[in-house]
Amino acid sequence: MADAEFGKADRSQYPHRRPDGSLDIDLTSGKYLKLWQGPNHPGITGNMSVELTVCGDEVVEGKTHVGYLHRGFEKLMERRTFIQCFPIVCRICVPEPDFNEYCYAAAVEELAGLEIPEKAKWIRALILEMGRINSYLMYLGGQAGAFGQGVIGQWTTYARDLMLDRFEELTGARIYHMFILPGGVRDDLPEGFDERMEQTLQEVERTLDDVYDTMFRNAVFKKRAVGLGYVDPALVDEYGITGPVARGAGVARDVRKDQPYLVYDQLDFEPVTGRESDVYARADVRRRDLLMSVDLIRQILSKMPHKGEVMATLPNVLHWKIPRGETYIRGECSRGEYGYYLVTDGSGYPRRVNVRGPSYTHAMALLEKLIVNVNISDVAGLMVSLHTYPPEIER
Amino acid sequence: MSVRDLLSPFIAWKHLFREPVSIRDPFNREASERYRGFHQNDVEKCIGCGTCEAICQNGAIDMVIVEGVEGIKTRPGDSGLRPRIDYGRCCWCALCVDVCMTSSLTMSNAYKWVENDPDKFRYIPGVDKKEWDNVKQGYHRPDGHRLNAPERIEMPELEPAERIDSFVEIVGGYSVEQARLEADRCVTCGICVATCPTHMPIPEYISAVRDGDYERGLKLLYDSNPFSQICGKVCTRRCETTCAASHEGDPIAIRWLKRHITEQVPYEKYRDIIGGPLPATGKKIAIIGAGPAGMTAAFDLARKGHEVSVYEARSHAGGMTRYGIPEYRLPFETIQREIDLIVSMGVEMHYDTRVGTDIQMQQLQQDNDAVLLAIGLWLGRGTRIPGADHPHVYKAIDLLRRIRDGEQLEAPKSMVVIGGGNVAMDIARSVARLQKQQQGEINVTLTALEDKAHFLADPVEIKESIEEEINIIDSRGPQECVSDDQGKLVGLRSWKVLSIFDDQHRFAPTYDESDEQLHPGEWIVEAIGQMSDVSLLGDALTEKLEWDRGRLQVDDDGHTSEPWLWAAGDCVKGPDIVSAVATGHSVATSIEAMFEQKEAQNA
Ligand code: SF4
Ligand code: SF4
Repeated sequence: MADAEFGKADRSQYPHRRPDGSLDIDLTSGKYLKLWQGPNHPGITGNMSVELTVCGDEVVEGKTHVGYLHRGFEKLMERRTFIQCFPIVCRICVPEPDFNEYCYAAAVEELAGLEIPEKAKWIRALILEMGRINSYLMYLGGQAGAFGQGVIGQWTTYARDLMLDRFEELTGARIYHMFILPGGVRDDLPEGFDERMEQTLQEVERTLDDVYDTMFRNAVFKKRAVGLGYVDPALVDEYGITGPVARGAGVARDVRKDQPYLVYDQLDFEPVTGRESDVYARADVRRRDLLMSVDLIRQILSKMPHKGEVMATLPNVLHWKIPRGETYIRGECSRGEYGYYLVTDGSGYPRRVNVRGPSYTHAMALLEKLIVNVNISDVAGLMVSLHTYPPEIER
Repeated sequence: MSVRDLLSPFIAWKHLFREPVSIRDPFNREASERYRGFHQNDVEKCIGCGTCEAICQNGAIDMVIVEGVEGIKTRPGDSGLRPRIDYGRCCWCALCVDVCMTSSLTMSNAYKWVENDPDKFRYIPGVDKKEWDNVKQGYHRPDGHRLNAPERIEMPELEPAERIDSFVEIVGGYSVEQARLEADRCVTCGICVATCPTHMPIPEYISAVRDGDYERGLKLLYDSNPFSQICGKVCTRRCETTCAASHEGDPIAIRWLKRHITEQVPYEKYRDIIGGPLPATGKKIAIIGAGPAGMTAAFDLARKGHEVSVYEARSHAGGMTRYGIPEYRLPFETIQREIDLIVSMGVEMHYDTRVGTDIQMQQLQQDNDAVLLAIGLWLGRGTRIPGADHPHVYKAIDLLRRIRDGEQLEAPKSMVVIGGGNVAMDIARSVARLQKQQQGEINVTLTALEDKAHFLADPVEIKESIEEEINIIDSRGPQECVSDDQGKLVGLRSWKVLSIFDDQHRFAPTYDESDEQLHPGEWIVEAIGQMSDVSLLGDALTEKLEWDRGRLQVDDDGHTSEPWLWAAGDCVKGPDIVSAVATGHSVATSIEAMFEQKEAQNA
């Protein structure tokens, strides 16, 4: 490659590819440098590495490496009874654990032929939306932080802490809630929960106003985020892209709408979409989605039945055997489609559990595609914009 | 991008004037009402069943012995163990709290515990004192949140109207599906095993029901109880009184699951599954009485290859199960199947042979290496109230025997039963059936000293008696069997009972004499207890043996003070089939041990 070509307009043609499709990079030429980003929180919450090949300050290749966080949950579950899987699934995704609880419980219920009480469905939806708010708050802090804006993270952590208080009074725990279990939910809402939740929601909204002014209406953030990490809408199906990354590209994909579960068919909402499909657009989709969750929680609390059971009658869980079957349960988490594929064989243990976290596709295949020709200093910001949680990659 | 984008971020400065918000003081912040913090255990309530240990997927719970520690005492139905929690493993999921069989295990909302030795984070809640022991807040299992089905699967039974004029068996037996659901409720803690007099492997045979492996189940049953078919129908089921599930729900229907196993295996297969006797040893044992104790010992000893002869005064084996329990509870066929099986092990039966009359004790002693007395309790006790010598005042046990013997009794128009135990219920319900068959009307009154809550009878018996129109009048003390001028019995005069025992718990009933009633009855039946007829022993032997308040004295293995003589069953333990089976086993073991000892001496 002639030096004269370097810096020409179409960066995506650089570096060249050899006839066999591999990148034409001669590491001995002295022009390139190998650089590892990670494995400690390389721009996302969790452990994973990106092996960067840089030329000057431009990334010419990025290979993703995972495996730093492998705890083997799927395998562990094959040796645990159906109820014993319940406390461990939440760990598959730390910042938004509730989807694991919901998808696992719903899969077990479907295969066991268990009907859950109406009220439990509402409480489940409430919890999932609370979790979504927390996950987005954490994301916003990370996204801003990746471009050097530490203060946003401080504010959103404060708001998230308030929501954790609500989680604590409802579920008995702040992080690993362990509240949605096969059969329903553990308990009803505590006395006076609605009012305290309303105060929290107002505080979240206030915080988001500030975040909007300081982050989204910020020349620096715009300069860094606009145009970065463009995802072609055509890639959405090709790469299995879901959630805000797809919606940021204008593809209105939202499981809550496309295949309503729990009580979403009784709630009034439209999927939030963007157009520009860059880091800024994705951040804005998430911000607006967060505000929609605030609205959904208000809807849930006002429409939810006041009386009623929250737990179905279970058989003795110590000997709970579930007939042969398989199912896939999905839901829309803050990062896209979350799903559990469960196979049972009539025994007291799951035959196979497969967890589909959206991070798998976004943080590996898609990131490797988007990272080429990105400036090193933008890598972290790009990664955050895909909103990945490595624990769900390595179930 | 616009000027606004340059200015807008300065809004951040307004936070300069806010109170700090994200500083939380962990030492003064109280966790929420439901918080899942450190465990608490009400050790008085906890029964040490270990269900919490079974569910914990982290292996964070160990059951440790606390009996004797900190003054903790075991009671019946308590294993003497308590859970110890290791916080190096616990994930605070609270499944242990959710599943706890007594709700003794809860969580406080305490979450702070500072220690510099990591091994310290392990303690027995409720035993090792902690500052959060009495904290009220924290996670408790919410109402209605159960991880084990608290309700028993109902047993199909005949309705009162269908059963009252016949002796057809009331209970129908579980279907396979029902039995499996019931077996699923068991938490396999095994507390029942300790309570069962013969220590049947209950969780194991229940798990055989769960697996549908009935042959395995049958083997487990007969390894510990050769009266399994009978016990499956009429056992007093003490196991169920200590069942962990009974603390917050119905106990597991252990008796019915036993019955279910025996019903599911074809009878022809029994003997192969149980296994036949060992080669003959040439040792001879005589057993007096073919009831549960005698036949259990016969079963054990015959299977060891010894030559066993059973002497039975009546024409059928089964003892009290054959002559004392009405057919609607225990059909003849069940008893016959049980006896045939035992006899098939090579037991020689001598029916209609009364020891003391047809053959003498001395003879038995001479002809055998060991003799076992299993003579039961066949003499009914009387009240000795005035008029009790009237010919129409009967002992329940005698009447039951006559009914079971097939005698066509002509039922009285009205009858009064004295007593609140199972035998009283049996005779009341049997005569009620005869009345219904012969006269179409039931008129049976049952009186007892105790109030209904303290009747000795099985609550199910009381419930069914009431369904069958037996008139139960509790807290009545019998005073006189009243006859009219012609000498015809007209009824029982009774006083209201004020108390039954005195301060020292001695039997000394007091009455309210102003509250007098006459319960009309052409017959009066006394069902207040039984005793042994020991006349067969003869004077010399009676003199030689040691006695304890009228009962033959035996050691723990049923050995009397005579080296060749053992005793077992109701005559030493009081009336109870499964206890009789238990003593039958221990006597057989003791006799066997004596043989081995002798052999060792001769070698
Ligand atoms: S489950 Fe409850 S009753 Fe049983 S041992 Fe554990 S704490 Fe005690
Ligand atoms: S809270 Fe969960 S992990 Fe802890 S001891 Fe109980 S069952 Fe085990």
